[in-house]
Amino acid sequence: MKVLLSWLRDFAPFEGDPVTLGEQMSDLGMAVEGLDVVGEGLEGIVVAKVLETRPVAGANKIHLVIVDAGDGQPLEVGCGAFNMAAGDLVPLATVGTVMPSGMEIGRRKMAGVVSNGMLCSSQELGLGDDHGGILLLPPGLEPGTAFSEAMGIEPDVVYDLEINPNRPDAMSVAGVARDLAARLSLPFSLPEPVVDEVPGAGIQGVSVEVLDPELCGRFVARVLSGVQVGPGDPVLARRLALLGMRSINNVVDVSNYVMLELGQPNHPYDLAKVAGPGFRVRRAHDGERLTTLDDVERTLSPADLLICDAADAPVGLAGIMGGASSEIDEHTTDVLLEMAWFQPIGIVKSSRRHKLRSEASARFEKGTDADVIDLAMRRFAQLLAPSGARLEAGETAAEGQRPVRPTVRLRTARVARLLGQDLGQARIAEMLEPIGFGTTATDDDLDVTIPSWRYDSATEIDLIEEVARHHGYTELGRTLPRAATTGSLSDRQLQRRSLRRLLVGRGLSEAMPLPFLAPGELSRCGLPDDGIRIANPLVAEQSVLRTTLLPGLVGAVAYNWSHRNHGVALFEVGHVFRVPTDADADLPDEREFLGAVLARGDAAVAVHLWRAVAEVLGYHEVQLVNTEVAGLHPTRSARLVLGEVGVGHLGEIDPVVLESHNVGERVAYLEVDLDTLLAQPPSDRHYRPFSLYPSSDVDLAFEVDEDVPASAVHDAIVAAGGDLVWSVRLFDVFRGHGVSAGRRSLAYTLRLQAPDRTLTDADVAGVRTTIIEAVQSRLPATLRT
Amino acid sequence: MIDDIARIEADAAPRIAAAASLDELRALAAELLGKRSALSSLKSGLGPLDPDARREAGTAINRARDVLQAAVNARRAELEAEARREQLAAERLDLTEVTDATGAGHLHLVTQAMERLEDVFVGMGFTVAEGPEVETDWHNFGALNFPPDHPARDMYDTLYVEFGAPGSTLLRTHTSPVQVRVMTSQPPPIYMVMPGRVYRQDTPDATHMPVFHQIEGLVIDRDITFADLAGTLDTFTKAFFGGDFTSRLRPSYFPFTEPSAEYDIRRPDGSWLELGGCGMVHPNVLTACGIDPEEWQGFAFGFGLDRLGASAHGVDDLRDLFTNDVRFLSQF
Repeated sequence: MKVLLSWLRDFAPFEGDPVTLGEQMSDLGMAVEGLDVVGEGLEGIVVAKVLETRPVAGANKIHLVIVDAGDGQPLEVGCGAFNMAAGDLVPLATVGTVMPSGMEIGRRKMAGVVSNGMLCSSQELGLGDDHGGILLLPPGLEPGTAFSEAMGIEPDVVYDLEINPNRPDAMSVAGVARDLAARLSLPFSLPEPVVDEVPGAGIQGVSVEVLDPELCGRFVARVLSGVQVGPGDPVLARRLALLGMRSINNVVDVSNYVMLELGQPNHPYDLAKVAGPGFRVRRAHDGERLTTLDDVERTLSPADLLICDAADAPVGLAGIMGGASSEIDEHTTDVLLEMAWFQPIGIVKSSRRHKLRSEASARFEKGTDADVIDLAMRRFAQLLAPSGARLEAGETAAEGQRPVRPTVRLRTARVARLLGQDLGQARIAEMLEPIGFGTTATDDDLDVTIPSWRYDSATEIDLIEEVARHHGYTELGRTLPRAATTGSLSDRQLQRRSLRRLLVGRGLSEAMPLPFLAPGELSRCGLPDDGIRIANPLVAEQSVLRTTLLPGLVGAVAYNWSHRNHGVALFEVGHVFRVPTDADADLPDEREFLGAVLARGDAAVAVHLWRAVAEVLGYHEVQLVNTEVAGLHPTRSARLVLGEVGVGHLGEIDPVVLESHNVGERVAYLEVDLDTLLAQPPSDRHYRPFSLYPSSDVDLAFEVDEDVPASAVHDAIVAAGGDLVWSVRLFDVFRGHGVSAGRRSLAYTLRLQAPDRTLTDADVAGVRTTIIEAVQSRLPATLRT
Repeated sequence: MIDDIARIEADAAPRIAAAASLDELRALAAELLGKRSALSSLKSGLGPLDPDARREAGTAINRARDVLQAAVNARRAELEAEARREQLAAERLDLTEVTDATGAGHLHLVTQAMERLEDVFVGMGFTVAEGPEVETDWHNFGALNFPPDHPARDMYDTLYVEFGAPGSTLLRTHTSPVQVRVMTSQPPPIYMVMPGRVYRQDTPDATHMPVFHQIEGLVIDRDITFADLAGTLDTFTKAFFGGDFTSRLRPSYFPFTEPSAEYDIRRPDGSWLELGGCGMVHPNVLTACGIDPEEWQGFAFGFGLDRLGASAHGVDDLRDLFTNDVRFLSQF
């Protein structure tokens, strides 16, 4: 919300450096997001009178304006705007002027004519957003007068403040001034408009009915008669413009001005156009329609509150936006002015449902001040009085339900315990009183009444926040918790770190694909299309939650391949989301997975990577079971199984999947369900002493059927070899000459060693024979000789 | 005989010196010093001599053997050295012509930032807690003092998932639900940080992503004060950013804390950076989690870490963090 320094000064004598004032506002929780000094740099601008305008030969975008800048001499100025005529008064930037934008005005040639200065728009003068044409000045000004003097413009400061939801009071210039004045110990006073009320017949006939009092806490109507609708007052218009609102006419300008100043949204109707005249405030009927001022026809529901006329025709969406039917126009003479208090939650819901936010709804949804309505009515009348408006005595009002504001006990000790500083009863009261909280000492504590403009505030902790805010957060000091605590990472967190470092050490980089997938992407990856959907995705391409890490990593490989980054090695540690098997589960089955892709690598590379992962995480008993895995190469994939539990899979990405992603190289893949794996007990890590006696190596090669996994041969060797076998290593796999079709040769080196002696030739021969017999008898395998 | 010995020695010396290879030298040594060598024959022919002549000749033979053996050893050393030189020369390798450079990979910027943050907080006595990314509405909002239709819910553009009753399940919009999980599962005191991934329905641009990361802290004990919050964050600021950084707290609003504050850090150049939010845990939150707010109290804080990690390396577009282009990933 924007506020103007000069406007703040209407309520309290703020002085000093505007930047320092801004810092005080920030320190009170009204963060200054922008600070603009306006109305400076107008020194060389004077009032000039247009004498005549003349076209420039060969140029249709500019013309020559001959002005009198006060010395009676005609001065020729080139100008690109055509909105002036002889007799008009305009601002002239004389030669040598430095404009607010920093541009210096020189005598220069335009389309062959010499221009002796520049006529200015309000935007060029830093006075508003209007760049539609040259600013036309009110008649009667003396040519040659300094522009700022003639217009009463002084340098001013626009603050753009970020107002938090718990600060309804700061949604008005007066409210900001109250808070700031309290911080600076300056006297604060609201305007006390003195308005001569006139007896009038208009208000007598106005009816007000609140049919849904839980949504409308107060509704007041008054009548202003004798209004002459015309241009807005320039002083008000300038303030509105600086705060980002366009001047419409005197009535609308005053309406906006009162809202900005006092925080009370209000609505002026043409009394002649309101049926009845009167208002009915009621919930909308289901399907009822209303065209709001922004020309959108809205379909309503009973959750919306309507302002209707006495004939029950909707004239506005309560607290959010009026309808088009009863707008003020140039023929309006009597204004029916409405001000109300609406239940914030109702406004929030309605405004959210219609995706319609307005200056009014922004205030009502934080909770306005029902007690400021009378003042705001009189302020409205006072500001509109120059147009002939007279406030008719009397009002028609209806009361609905408003929250009861009980007195709150504020414990002095509680303040000290929470803030870490014993401020004492008196100091606490001193901080609350200037911002409107009433305090009564009760023993050591305070009984506090809450002002009508603090809808947000209702409990002791709310008051403690106000105390902290006004005492100053910085003043509360800095200490550290006194308890001695020891920090650490959990085993799981340490394992995750080891894993990441292993993968990085093996040349993989960590990727971070978004966990959202396009519909069909799972199928495109050869996976079941059973991802949980996002109910309100930003875009359809991101509407499914991933069930595995494969789609994201394949996508990353594909992205890199398409950018000619070939052979990438990437991994991800991230969550996947699945429909749980337990139908009563509160949440999806969410697990942490490791996924790794090694482009240009074959399945063997994935196996090497897995072995390193198993080593680091300490799971040596995980078995590879050759089998088809969705998404993977059908004859180059295996599941990782620990006991009976599947903990992942590995191999190569299915060539069909790679083709559909336009990847032109093999991609090795490893995926580990970390939650499942790490929930299993890791391998025994007891020390196994090794023998200091000499070892003997025995090489054995078996010819084995292709459908017998090498792991079966390995297991048979280990089982048969007994304690004397220290290690078994597959060192060669051979197919071809000398090996039968449908079989391959698997060559192993066995290291034999006894813990307590040097093995004899007979020992070695015995073990060798036992192993050969065991393997040959258990498996379709024969020893190669 | 003495003459014979001298002649043998004199003849042998140049032959040894001229041996061109280790094999040749080995054969020569056998010929000159072996059992069938001339010196050995002379030795075995000493028997008939008188004792004096035998001693004299024996001594001469032994001396000649020693001389020849020394010459052989010297020549062997020469030849071995030469052979090693040749081998080394043959093994010459230009270390700058090595191909196939598979180096180490790289941790993601976000992970690097997260781990550093965890380490700093662990050093300050915190443990690290984690929780699910898909959450119940109650954990993400309800328990955190956001009643249904609370306007503050609009501060979060929540992504809901189709699971359970409509609106019951969502992608967590902040790491705060982990606070709730911690408080409902263990009694105070609690000194914990909670890093993790969070989600918003945000259109990606240079400073926003629908997926980003936060770290959140929670301290609950009997007498934790607002001043403890300010002190803890200032200690963190100096530990993480450097001793020449300072911090400040400004009043703000969050439903789950009161008093609430924005946490800003001041860079050595005097500029301020808005880092995150914090405050004293709201009594309603403690109550919702089954903790008596009259007995226990504490603070919470949280901030995003993607921007921290990115800006530390001059990355000014957050979208780059998620492209997974190796030309990006391999730079950090």
